[in-house]
Amino acid sequence: MHIHCPHCGSRDSGEFIFHGDAAPKRPDTLDPVDFVEYVYMRDNIAGWMDEHWYHLRGCRQWLVVRRNTLTHAIDSVTLAAVAVL
Amino acid sequence: MRYSWSTLMAQAFRKHRGWEPAWAERPLRSDYDIIIVGGGGHGLATAYYLAKNHGVKRVAVVEKGWIGGGNVGRNTTVVRSNYLLDGNIPFYEWSLRLWEGLEQELNYNVMVSQRGVLNLFHNDSQRDEAARRGNAMRMHGVDAELLSRDQVRKMAPFLDFDNARFAIEGGLLQPRGGTVRHDAVAWGYARAASALGVDIIQGCEVTGIERDASGAAVALETSRGRIGAGKIGLAVAGNSSRVAALAGLRLPIESHVLQAFVSEGLKPVIPGVITYGAGHFYISQSDKGGLVFGGNLDGYNSYAQRGQMPTVEDVCESGMAMMPMIGRARVLRSWGGIMDMSMDGSPIIDTTPVEGLYLNAGWCYGGFKATPASGWCFAHLLATGTPHDTAASYRLDRFARGALINENGAGARPNLH
Repeated sequence: MHIHCPHCGSRDSGEFIFHGDAAPKRPDTLDPVDFVEYVYMRDNIAGWMDEHWYHLRGCRQWLVVRRNTLTHAIDSVTLAAVAVL
Repeated sequence: MRYSWSTLMAQAFRKHRGWEPAWAERPLRSDYDIIIVGGGGHGLATAYYLAKNHGVKRVAVVEKGWIGGGNVGRNTTVVRSNYLLDGNIPFYEWSLRLWEGLEQELNYNVMVSQRGVLNLFHNDSQRDEAARRGNAMRMHGVDAELLSRDQVRKMAPFLDFDNARFAIEGGLLQPRGGTVRHDAVAWGYARAASALGVDIIQGCEVTGIERDASGAAVALETSRGRIGAGKIGLAVAGNSSRVAALAGLRLPIESHVLQAFVSEGLKPVIPGVITYGAGHFYISQSDKGGLVFGGNLDGYNSYAQRGQMPTVEDVCESGMAMMPMIGRARVLRSWGGIMDMSMDGSPIIDTTPVEGLYLNAGWCYGGFKATPASGWCFAHLLATGTPHDTAASYRLDRFARGALINENGAGARPNLH
């Protein structure tokens, strides 16, 4: 699996750290129910999923990678700082 | 047909032409008292104990592919109960006790081989941790021995004791741990369950969960039509989120790929199961002689039953650091399985917010060793409606209650458990 980093080009996935589904958003409330959903519950998508990856052994930037969990195919890679989800 | 010396002798005289299929292919009925979704080890064990312990008459196991074709045929066959936390030790010890009597119970050779599981440690703090875990095990009546460097050397002289970075200082041994032939576990439970009247329906994929006006689950929609169910039990680890989503549930689970490897067949070289303390690596030797080993998850969500090269490299590096002689063996094949990685690294055996729907999930990569107790406890829950004593901590709502069972202390990061 190669990830095309916007800064570094196509790099082996071993250079990156995976940080899960990019969809959950930290809730803007103090409601514990919302926080349980945010911290623990996942859609665990089978198919295309937007994910956070960190280019640890490269430019050390956070990326949003749109990847297929059934095939490992990658559709797009964006800097998390500019990604609009 | 009961397997014994006399049946073997009788078959030998008949040139083995009289063997019958191990389990029956029966027609699918329109409804059952309890349907188990998933014909893996856990599902088949659950069906067996439902019939055996609770006398439930009309039980079916529905399986999308063929029985034993999922993770029960893809693991590295290790059984052990060397856990640290109170919620885990009694459950896994109960499982190990069931393993110890399983062949007599099922009248099937599952090749239980209690060769010992040895966890190596490489420094003082790891020794302290091993002593603490060993003491926790012994307080629950589980066997554990803290071995010195010399004792480990006597058991496994081929390890790299004087490794410059990770010299081996000793190990925590569970002598009753070992390996079991994984395929035979699925077949043995299927045969024994079938003999008690359980219908095993292969090639039957669940496509929907039908609910009545009150919201209760009352039937399965499958590739072979609608099947009515008094109760439905999900034992589909790897795909739990997908099947639970059919009933509108979201679970604290991510699916991850774990790879395993086997070398060419060798003469006996490894006495039991050995795990590395300075990286994630575990190895044993099958009765055929292949070295069976594995390590970390690949680390990203996946439903593809295959992994990537960085993990292969990492596993092989750890193997070389622990026992350099492994470098002379050739890897015969490798494969991947999909793990239900829960948010605290521990499983779930519980009711769900949907009436009539029960969940057995989140086994991470420790599901195989749990097979008998998982079936035992899930059957107890399905039949009685209350959790079994040894699985009382494996509740779905523990995440909301903050009652996590986190052996690794890794937080809500499934790929770190």
